[in-house]
Amino acid sequence: MTESNNTIGSGKSFKGFVGRLVQNQLFIPIAALLVLVIFNLAADPSFFKITLDQNSAGDPVLSGYLITIVDYASELAILAIGMTLVTAASGGQDISVGATIAIAGSVVLRVLCGTDSRPEKMQAPIIVAFLICVIVSALFGAFNGALVAFFKIQPMVATLILFTAGRSIAAWINNNELPIISDPSFGYYGNFIPGIPLPTPVFIAALCMVVIALVLKFTNLRLYAQAVGINPSSSRLNGINPQMIKFLTFVILGVCVAVAGFIKVSRLSTINYSVVAKDIEMDVILAVALGGNALSGGKFNMTASILGAYVIQFLTTTLLKFKVDSAAISAYKAVVVIILVVLSAPFVRKKIGELRKKITARKVKAAKEGV
Amino acid sequence: MKKLVKILVSSVLVGAMAFSMCACNAAGGKKSNGKIKVGIINNDPNESGYRTANDKDMKATFTEANGYEASFAYSLKNDEQIAAAQKFIQDEVDYLLISAAGVSGWDGVLEQAKKAGIKVILFDRTIDASPDLYEASIVSDMDKEGETAVNWLASQNLSEYNVIHIQGVMGSSAQQGRSKALDTKVAAEANWNIVKQQTAEWNAETAQQIVQSVIDSGEKFNVIYAENDDMAKGAVQALDKANISHGVGKDVIVMGFDCNKWALEELVAGNWNYDGQCNPFQASYIDDIIKNGAKQKTVIMEEKGFDASTITKDDVEKYGI
Amino acid sequence: MENGAVLEMRGICKYFPGVRALEDVDFTLREGEIHALMGENGAGKSTLIKVLTGVYPKDGGEINLTGVASNAHIRSPQDAQKLGIATVYQEITLCPNLTVAENMYIGRTKGHLTNWKKINADAEKLLDELGIPALATQQLGSCSIAVQQMVAIARAVDMDCKVLILDEPTSSLDEQEVLKLFNLMRSLKEKGVGIIFVTHFLEQVYEVCDRITVLRDGKLVGEYIIEDLPRVKLVSKMLGKDFDDMADIKSESDADNIDYNDIPVYEAKDLTGTTGIKPFDFEIHKGEVNGFTGLLGSGRSECVRAIFGADKTNGGKVWVNGKQVKINKPLDAMKNGISYLPEDRKLDGIVGDLSVRDNIILALQVMKGFFRPFTRAQAEAFADEYIKLLSIKTASSESPVNSLSGGNQQKVILARWLLANPVYLILDEPTRGIDIGTKVEIQKLVLKLAAEGKSVTFISSEIDEMIRTCSSLIVMRDGKVVGELKGDDLNQNKIMATIAGGEGK
Repeated sequence: MTESNNTIGSGKSFKGFVGRLVQNQLFIPIAALLVLVIFNLAADPSFFKITLDQNSAGDPVLSGYLITIVDYASELAILAIGMTLVTAASGGQDISVGATIAIAGSVVLRVLCGTDSRPEKMQAPIIVAFLICVIVSALFGAFNGALVAFFKIQPMVATLILFTAGRSIAAWINNNELPIISDPSFGYYGNFIPGIPLPTPVFIAALCMVVIALVLKFTNLRLYAQAVGINPSSSRLNGINPQMIKFLTFVILGVCVAVAGFIKVSRLSTINYSVVAKDIEMDVILAVALGGNALSGGKFNMTASILGAYVIQFLTTTLLKFKVDSAAISAYKAVVVIILVVLSAPFVRKKIGELRKKITARKVKAAKEGV
Repeated sequence: MKKLVKILVSSVLVGAMAFSMCACNAAGGKKSNGKIKVGIINNDPNESGYRTANDKDMKATFTEANGYEASFAYSLKNDEQIAAAQKFIQDEVDYLLISAAGVSGWDGVLEQAKKAGIKVILFDRTIDASPDLYEASIVSDMDKEGETAVNWLASQNLSEYNVIHIQGVMGSSAQQGRSKALDTKVAAEANWNIVKQQTAEWNAETAQQIVQSVIDSGEKFNVIYAENDDMAKGAVQALDKANISHGVGKDVIVMGFDCNKWALEELVAGNWNYDGQCNPFQASYIDDIIKNGAKQKTVIMEEKGFDASTITKDDVEKYGI
Repeated sequence: MENGAVLEMRGICKYFPGVRALEDVDFTLREGEIHALMGENGAGKSTLIKVLTGVYPKDGGEINLTGVASNAHIRSPQDAQKLGIATVYQEITLCPNLTVAENMYIGRTKGHLTNWKKINADAEKLLDELGIPALATQQLGSCSIAVQQMVAIARAVDMDCKVLILDEPTSSLDEQEVLKLFNLMRSLKEKGVGIIFVTHFLEQVYEVCDRITVLRDGKLVGEYIIEDLPRVKLVSKMLGKDFDDMADIKSESDADNIDYNDIPVYEAKDLTGTTGIKPFDFEIHKGEVNGFTGLLGSGRSECVRAIFGADKTNGGKVWVNGKQVKINKPLDAMKNGISYLPEDRKLDGIVGDLSVRDNIILALQVMKGFFRPFTRAQAEAFADEYIKLLSIKTASSESPVNSLSGGNQQKVILARWLLANPVYLILDEPTRGIDIGTKVEIQKLVLKLAAEGKSVTFISSEIDEMIRTCSSLIVMRDGKVVGELKGDDLNQNKIMATIAGGEGK
């Protein structure tokens, strides 16, 4: 998915390699991940222990912090895919993601429950519920996209509408009831499929990544989205329809929201409209930023965004593990976030690059004078 | 052009808010025809299962058949609620029923009401205002809810209590009351320990992650004290994943609050051990005060705690929300 | 230091990764002179200016300012300003929503209280003195571009600058405005200000400058007094070779071979745009090069935009190779074999952060379709082919296109449209703001394309360029076609007369 740009010539020195590594967009998320890994290794190596146990149904499941991280980062990674595209093409972000997840989840439950909020049996096959959820979610994405692309409203403002109204819509879909699915097979998608020891969301996220990798390989989505984000006027004169591309990215994000919402409701077999996926949009936007993508649009690196999503979940899990005081947890997170974002700002990276150059120059000078 | 769009959007938003806030009864402005006019200001019913049940109860009680003409306004924001109260005062309602979003800022509007001869009854939430300004306030005693639960837990006579304490949104009255009792007990008893105390902000999934992280760390625990049912459900999800048995006579005691119907069913099935009630049914108390007058300023509602070993199907139907 | 010099730069070096942008360059500016800095794109003019103004740190050499600082360390534009070096750029960098006086004094008032009355009076006085036709209290945005530029200069002058750098100040001005600017420059010269004038327009250099310094490939070619360096010599110094007169280009074109009785490659009847142009008829034949001419704003660009579908059309019929077609959007035109190189390179042409390669393949890729991307190897092959063909100077096809010089960016866009293999190519101001060498290359390329049987519409602000390349010219005035000139009528006088008034034929 990334541009392959690291062919290390034999003549090039190690310094040159490091230099290019720092310039690479993947550097920041990888470095952040390494810092977290090293911190946890130093504090408590058992962080990385993975064990094979049985769950209450007697099926084998893997457990351990690492499994927890890849499990819970799934929704974030899936959403980061859509958010990266929206950011690239429209130069803005969708802040209604959490609210539309509530809608998507509500739709799934509504289809499965029918009119009864707590049915003995599911009223429709899960695949039907999922597909309807995808359609509805894509429509809400299309609503956002239409406001941004055709009515030229800033993305943040356009998506404010669903941000405000989304959770009420979600509650309205189920008549304010809290439906619960008792059939265990519905829980497979958010937990474990019997006999498979890895959590299902990991596979779903991996599938989404494969799909987007194929889409980026076999269509011009990357080229078009970037061109539109950088210069819409020029893109239009080259035959691209910038409005359609912006619209399309919002629809794609809508589909990502559907998948994430489906996993969310499957994890618990129920929904709480006011808190499900609360504030997830901020984590997703952060993942995109952490990947070194400009939030003002243009060029993007999908791998870096997805990696960013895992870094954020890694951070959350680390904070939970270290029993950070309840009231202070978000403050800790904010500090870490500030550091990461400042480090990933192109301006700061340039300064760091210059500093590094200066230091090596001074070393060379000192060495020469020594002789 | 951009400006125009901005104005348009913001006016649409403001309009939508105003609409959702004042989803008033069309009859609001008319003269009352022998019926008692009540203006009810409540929090958004989507906020939680508790609120949904509360709103349903209100709507079921203040009906025309019962001799009422009721108008409703919903908001989670204090200033919007106060604006709604002013509108009800202009509409000359007989009673103003308020579940306030915030504790302060109500003095002015309550004085207006008093001048207009409108009686005010607070339900579910108290406010910082002189008691002269309202007839009565009907509330849950959150401290007592916590004490009832902790006393029940103490009565289980475990040799050691290792508790995972999952808190609600920090600073909410429910969180403070339910946390206080447990904190006091843990400080007092040598064999009570907190394994982990963190907020999941009423969110099931966050609760699941919190419990998961304790399981991953390998620490021992035998009690889950979750400050609402959703979070208890999330916790149980994590236990199931790790094959840790829970419920009546099992390894881990599971406690929740709010008495959702589905939660009480878990109790009946023996998967959970305890659920504390937070009574959302204030409507009958209010109805009684309007029709028979207030006997005391503060009415504390009766609240139960259910034990899985004694709960009955009837309890589920009667107290489940 | 030399007598009378206000600025001396000695042995200036500047390296970028893999490029020697400046090597051992000397430059001297004397009190009260206008000094042209000349060179092709990429010769190092901009780099030298940026070193002088502190945008780039220099890698070697020294800068001396008489009476102010010897071996001055200029680390930022603020440093340069403090030392009395002021710069006015091609793009106005002032605030259009503030008044003229506010723009002149913004960021320079001391203390918190500002005496606007005094400031307005001061500004009024200075404007008067310099003969700038603007009111102090007028909103800057309501002035013409030329006046805005003059205000920028006035601001610089008022800050007591010793050195004034004018970077391509005339490229967006019309002739009248240029004259006004020159008057202002002359009066500043009398006040003893040294002016560095960077421009592409040879005529202007000879009209106003005293000396010329020529750079080539980052090296100093020499410093000349203007009388000693006739134009032909200047051009050959800039290009580094003796230059055959450009007049011989014309002989390559072979207008006689065009069969005007043939079905036109493109034909429009009563085509009307939504951008204020009147209905017009237009046709072009195989192998023909024609052009639209007229003053800025006469509608010449709007006409070709209507042909390409870049702006909405609201009337008229269009035939391509005799078949009636509808062109509502650029993609329709592209699919009918029409290419369009837009007037505004930055805004409509390049896709800034994208690589040279992506910029080159963009149009062909879009025509091929959303679901059929080129493989990396294919794209690479296309890009390399055209980088070589048009000798585009770039570190690699991976470099972002906005890291290239203006002329090379233009070549990239040209490459994009040549790759799309059009039958009919529209070039709107392809030679604006690029160096003389590339200009000639592009003109030659146009004629070569025509010889290969392609049709080309060519628009340029420089009439002699049009006369050299086009076999017929459509003259526009106020959104209306006012004449079509061919053959012997294609001369400067006739064109001027048609533009000015009196129907062409």
